[in-house]
Amino acid sequence: MGNYYINGISCISAQESSDNELGLQNFVALTENVVPLQKPDYKKYIKPTMIRRMSVGVKMGVVASSIALQEANVEMPEAIITGSGMGCLRDSEKFLKNIIDNEEQFLTPTAFIQSTHNTVGAQIALGLGCKAYNVTYVHDATSFETSLLDAMMMFEEGEQNVLVGGVDEIGPYTTDLHKLVGHVKEEETLKNSLLKSKTKGAIYSEGSQFFVLGDKKKDNCYAQLKDVVIYNKLEQNEVAQKLEVFLKDNNLTISDIDVVVLGLNGDVDYDSYYTTLQNTLLANTTQVYYKHFSGEYNTASAFGMWTACTLIKSQKVPKNIQLNEIESGSIKNVVLYNQYRGENHSFVLLKSC
Amino acid sequence: MEDLKLELKNNIIELLNLEDVNVDEIKDDDSLFGDGLGLDSIDALELIVMLDKDYGIRLTDPKEGKKIFESIEIMAAYITEHRTK
Amino acid sequence: MGKGVAITGMGIISSIGNTVEENFQSLRQKTPGISKIEGISTIHKDHIKVGEIKISNENLSDLLNLPSSNNYSRTALLAEVAAKEALKNAGITNVNSYKTGLISATSVGGMDLTEKFFYSQFEEEENRKYIESHSAGDSSTKIANSLGITGFVSTISTACSSAANSIMLGARMIKAGKLDRVIVGGADCLSKFTINGFKTLMILSETNCKPFDANRTGLNLGEAAAFLVLESDACVKADNKNVLGYVSGYANANDAFHQTASSVDGEGATLAMKKALKVAGLSSVDIDYINAHGTATENNDASESAAIRRVFGDHLPKVSSTKAYTGHTLAAAAAIEAVYSILALQNNLIFPNLNFETPIKETNIIPETDLLQKDLQHVLSNSFGFGGNCSTLIFSKE
Repeated sequence: MGNYYINGISCISAQESSDNELGLQNFVALTENVVPLQKPDYKKYIKPTMIRRMSVGVKMGVVASSIALQEANVEMPEAIITGSGMGCLRDSEKFLKNIIDNEEQFLTPTAFIQSTHNTVGAQIALGLGCKAYNVTYVHDATSFETSLLDAMMMFEEGEQNVLVGGVDEIGPYTTDLHKLVGHVKEEETLKNSLLKSKTKGAIYSEGSQFFVLGDKKKDNCYAQLKDVVIYNKLEQNEVAQKLEVFLKDNNLTISDIDVVVLGLNGDVDYDSYYTTLQNTLLANTTQVYYKHFSGEYNTASAFGMWTACTLIKSQKVPKNIQLNEIESGSIKNVVLYNQYRGENHSFVLLKSC
Repeated sequence: MEDLKLELKNNIIELLNLEDVNVDEIKDDDSLFGDGLGLDSIDALELIVMLDKDYGIRLTDPKEGKKIFESIEIMAAYITEHRTK
Repeated sequence: MGKGVAITGMGIISSIGNTVEENFQSLRQKTPGISKIEGISTIHKDHIKVGEIKISNENLSDLLNLPSSNNYSRTALLAEVAAKEALKNAGITNVNSYKTGLISATSVGGMDLTEKFFYSQFEEEENRKYIESHSAGDSSTKIANSLGITGFVSTISTACSSAANSIMLGARMIKAGKLDRVIVGGADCLSKFTINGFKTLMILSETNCKPFDANRTGLNLGEAAAFLVLESDACVKADNKNVLGYVSGYANANDAFHQTASSVDGEGATLAMKKALKVAGLSSVDIDYINAHGTATENNDASESAAIRRVFGDHLPKVSSTKAYTGHTLAAAAAIEAVYSILALQNNLIFPNLNFETPIKETNIIPETDLLQKDLQHVLSNSFGFGGNCSTLIFSKE
């Protein structure tokens, strides 16, 4: 396997996160159960003729990709790979609601056109005039990780720069549905910190994170992407063993891991996937989490990867994300683990560059 | 007729999210597509639905729209002649 | 470039048949599956024709031995029927005897359920079980669980080229050694959402669609699912597998021209076909038959024709679109057409482009209108989607 360098990153989220240099020092833990993004200055990045039809998801995806490309000093990537669990949810909801409320009459095409899952990737390509490979993965909580996996294969096939990212937006109708079945936390339970709430569900939010991977290390390189693995289904007692296999495949053991980034979202029914690991295999490793800042969305794990990149570059673990007391020393190897509601598990391995 | 033209300009700005455009910037004989206002084929489809919904004019072939939507002037004249509501 | 990735099984359900064999018979007998819509109540029912599978969700559930309390979308039901046939066809009984993955594709996912229970999910608790069936990934997860696949499972959605991209990812993962075996394909059911969506674009035909005809009137929507089993050379060798054909070339390129419309000169499509030929190590003269995207919209057929001319010049292979049989099955289209391409290779048969009369003047591409017996080595299949998404697959006999 070759080396893949993360030369540019970006994060649009519920936090003031669009400035990579500030990292996550000013982030504030979310205290509501549904939190929209902090809007970046869209017009700085998107032409007025293009912006008028764009929903929130498309806008944040286009902005996030622009920031990452700029940072990596790449004008035209050789592939655009996007993960989006729910796609352009707001336009899907809008078009569907119009169909039902207007009994299929007087419908206009814009929301339908923009509702397809690959709209974000397509609009990025259109904006750049990029005719390269352009694919969108839509597999719930591993949408972003499948994109990473594809990106790694792109390099093996000879490409030099790949734009890869995740984007998911809040859909008001879908959120209301998910509240009905307890996937969204009750607001009042968030007075304590996320992990102390001991209640069902997660904080729903939205965001977009993009990364420019290159086959060559650039000055502002954040980290190297070493490996990704995805499991559709794992039992709780299998996670530790699968993580060890993943590390072994990369000639590492758990003692080589300096920081582990966990996808804990405060859901009392499913966080045990992480806590089991925390108390056993990872007991002596520096542990961090991020969903108290990002909230949960299908591609929130891309926020986790952005967090990991900033840790590696700054060689510091901010206190506001650390879960245990263990000091990390120098940060060389970082592993990420994420799952959602017990399904779609992923491990990602990053290394300092 | 002047009222209808103003109504059309307002509707077009709202319907097509032309945030940065003011009513008085659209001249009656400005071309709406291409070099003028810069509308495209998706906008044409939006306008076809507007004709149906607001004026009871139903087009079946999107190509018909091309001529009708050339300018506000032409659009207003067409609507005046064919409207059913 | 050595030979491609082996195809060892296939399964399909479409409006022209519930199995590979039934589809093959319909193709041979020139029997289209285009009809009036029955399963969905829509105000457009007298103004559109569709490629509808005339089996109810209840009957599909029974066919799959699912409990009546299941929360499968129609997309998931169709997908599971096709995936199971593919697995059986490949003679796989223990799915985990090799490192096996599943990659599906869909554009509507569980939209059929969401539109049906749009408001009632709030009022009636019994309908809330469908909430989790909406996401695109749900049908893939359901099939994976049903087949016992616990490893790599993913879903692609790039509109009408989705399944081509899932077949491509599967082939690439096998080549890269990430999987030994992978089930790839796609599924989409008819829904009010897509019917009304395409209606707003004014590209639905009131009559049977006429791909590549100068007087074409738009597309017929359809529903279908199809899957292929791809296996590494090591698996094929170890188990002495019967190989149906090979995925030898693949590529995706973007037209970067317009959100929905294809460019006049078919730039994205041209790039995709050229790159797929390169991956396969073939030149354009090696292609014996093109199973075209050919949706019968004004825009697609003109743009695709231009692209075919750009790639093949005057040395045109046989061309046909099978959309007049099945309708345009969106995210499943490339998967069902992969099955048809392999059937073409296996039987040395080119399936006709139904309803064609008059060639498009500018490009003068005259598709095959009769069943044609011809020795075939390499078949190229195109699939293009919204967002300028252009994919080409090449299937080879050896």
